[in-house]
Amino acid sequence: MLSSTRPTRRAAARTLQATAGVAAVALALTACGGGSDEGSGEEDGPITLKVATFNDFGYTDEMLAEYTKEHPNVTVEHVKAATTDDARSNMTTKLAAGGEGLADIEAIEVDWLPELTQYPDLFTDLADPELEGRWVDWKVQQATTTEGKVIGYGTDIGPEAICYRADLFEKAGLPTDRAEVAELLGGEDATWEDYFAAGRDFVKESDAAWYDSSAGTFQGMINQLPAAFEDPETGEAKDLGDNAEVKAIYDEIVGSVEDDLSAGLEQWGDDWVAGFQNDAFATMLCPAWMTGPIEQNSGGIEGWDVADVFPGGGGNWGGSFLTVPASGEHTEAAKELAAWLTAPEQQTKAFETSGTFPSQIEAQESEAVQGFTNEFFNDAPVGQIFSTRAQAIEGAPYKGAHYFAIRDEVTNALNRVDITKSQDADESWDEAVEKAAALG
Amino acid sequence: MAVLTPQRSAPGSGAPQRESRRLGFSQRLGRWDVKLSPYLYISPFFILFAVTGLFPLAYTAYVSVHEWSLLGGQGDFVGLQNFVDVLNQPTFWKSLVNTLSIFVLSSVPQVIIAITIAALLDQNLRSATFWRMGVLIPYVVAPVAVSMIFGRLFADQYGLINSLLGLVGLDPIAWHGDRFASHVAIASIVNYRWIGYNALIFLAAMQAVPRDLYEAAVIDGAGRVRQFFSITVPQIRATIIFVVITSTIGGLQIFDEVRMYDATGLGGPDKNWMTTVLFLYDVAWGNQHSLGRASAVAWMLFLLIILIGFVNFLVTRQISTSGTDKKPKRKRITRGNA
Repeated sequence: MLSSTRPTRRAAARTLQATAGVAAVALALTACGGGSDEGSGEEDGPITLKVATFNDFGYTDEMLAEYTKEHPNVTVEHVKAATTDDARSNMTTKLAAGGEGLADIEAIEVDWLPELTQYPDLFTDLADPELEGRWVDWKVQQATTTEGKVIGYGTDIGPEAICYRADLFEKAGLPTDRAEVAELLGGEDATWEDYFAAGRDFVKESDAAWYDSSAGTFQGMINQLPAAFEDPETGEAKDLGDNAEVKAIYDEIVGSVEDDLSAGLEQWGDDWVAGFQNDAFATMLCPAWMTGPIEQNSGGIEGWDVADVFPGGGGNWGGSFLTVPASGEHTEAAKELAAWLTAPEQQTKAFETSGTFPSQIEAQESEAVQGFTNEFFNDAPVGQIFSTRAQAIEGAPYKGAHYFAIRDEVTNALNRVDITKSQDADESWDEAVEKAAALG
Repeated sequence: MAVLTPQRSAPGSGAPQRESRRLGFSQRLGRWDVKLSPYLYISPFFILFAVTGLFPLAYTAYVSVHEWSLLGGQGDFVGLQNFVDVLNQPTFWKSLVNTLSIFVLSSVPQVIIAITIAALLDQNLRSATFWRMGVLIPYVVAPVAVSMIFGRLFADQYGLINSLLGLVGLDPIAWHGDRFASHVAIASIVNYRWIGYNALIFLAAMQAVPRDLYEAAVIDGAGRVRQFFSITVPQIRATIIFVVITSTIGGLQIFDEVRMYDATGLGGPDKNWMTTVLFLYDVAWGNQHSLGRASAVAWMLFLLIILIGFVNFLVTRQISTSGTDKKPKRKRITRGNA
């Protein structure tokens, strides 16, 4: 190239100039885009806010248009991911890349929090004294970091009750009425012992198992320990081998597996789905959102009902939040929108469209929720039942960076005993302890 | 490329001042054109390959020697620590064994069945196109859909296969409990998808085999089987090598099928069907959140694939040349497949 003659060089220079020109224009354009509205400014020029959710949060186009009516300068764009996994990998990848391409409001699931709260700087602090008392306390606690920063506004929750098959109960000579079933399982102060004892009576008289999956039951029990696997003070993982609380739960479940209380199914697996049609089990732990999958999988089966009871106090399974990534251009405006979307009025509407159970006290007490019955579950007043169940929850358990890694090892241990039957209870526990120690 | 293009139009603008050199330059330009143009024309592929293939490869190597968390991003330079960490995880070794087992259970029957089907399709069939397209249908179905269907077939308690086994009085097979059974199930998903595709590649090669060879063989009194082994197989040697190598690469990278094999998608409670690629995914996006270690896994897998690919290249060449290693034949094959 260096040997080329002068005219060529001139031509090259022209190309270079042109390139530089284009680049300059491009720079100018990006500058326009980036600098128009830094940080604050609701009153500033027109802006577009992007909201990224997954599955179905119940945010309809009409609802978002309503916001634009109240704030004429704000256009809301809604992006939905099909699954939580898609949403999660999209979000983590973009967070890792410095926030490029993230929406102004990103929805997250409660299970992602232990990971995300390790990097609180990536999120805008949403703490707002005006919003105090909007949510049930433990919901706010879940999204609050140890330094007191709130990284997400709660949307829905999954308060747990017990769903049961009244027809199978009847055949086994157990009561079928939901109030009587609640009493049978221990009523107000039901314990897991009561639950498993009722199960032992049941399986003697029935071909069906008592519950669907030991891992699912474990997840309900472990969620009631205030600090299951880690020390909340230091965040360090406890030694699983010395963890008496977890071992006690493990033993209790393994004992129930030995007594044939478990159907030995993996939740969401093909056998589990088929199990609904094959009368494989009579009860299951039932967060509010689980009523949907149960109905979908039980086409043609009658007899499902919900009892207003949960062993060991209240329990929550799942639920989501709206966060505002700190890298966004309009974090103030986004915060305002997130607060609006999670206001009781909007969440009540979301509950009506998609059945996501609201985490806002006022929404739970609303007519729409309280009066809601579910035809498939024998017209059970599910709105009322799950509101009571939500109030029975005492607090959010501590879940640090090691929580899911260790929990997965114990879950695998249970599955080795319950589903694949490849190891006996002690052997499997030892392996879990060993693997948890290797996690470091 | 962008720099060279203006050069060609350059003589027009600069010519009047230097008439004496005009001829020389355009001649030189012509020479360059002859020499460089072919490379320019194929360069888009290589530029694209450099961007999407070579750069990630190099960057993965760079990531693999750093502490690199999924969210936290780049950390300290740690040398080969990530490799050591991975090698110390028993799950890595288990995943390697699983990968090799599933690979053997899928690739070997796959190539044998595909070549048999191709030989059958190579006969004079009525409505040949229909049959040929028919074997390709499984390939068109998305792997995730295939996995979902096979998930129903291979379910332990209420699966179709175990129900059928029950009908004839056999014990159900623990497709998710027994390690070998799970590998057979996964390999059959892989085979279902790839047999038809490979059969068509073999078929294309078989059709290029000169028919007079078969006529000569018939005159010599060779039966169908003898014809197949003495003419067809040696003649399509290059294609066999190609299929074996591509199915090796594919077989060592099995992911979709195992990810969809159970609800959790992480190889089951015993990690009985966790392949190395799935392990890589789990290291990066699972509980370890370590892109550094995942990159180390990726590089070790890369080297392993090259090694195995090379070994089976040698082996396949050995098998196909033995007995019929006459030079002229080999030449004709290359022409036939070109």
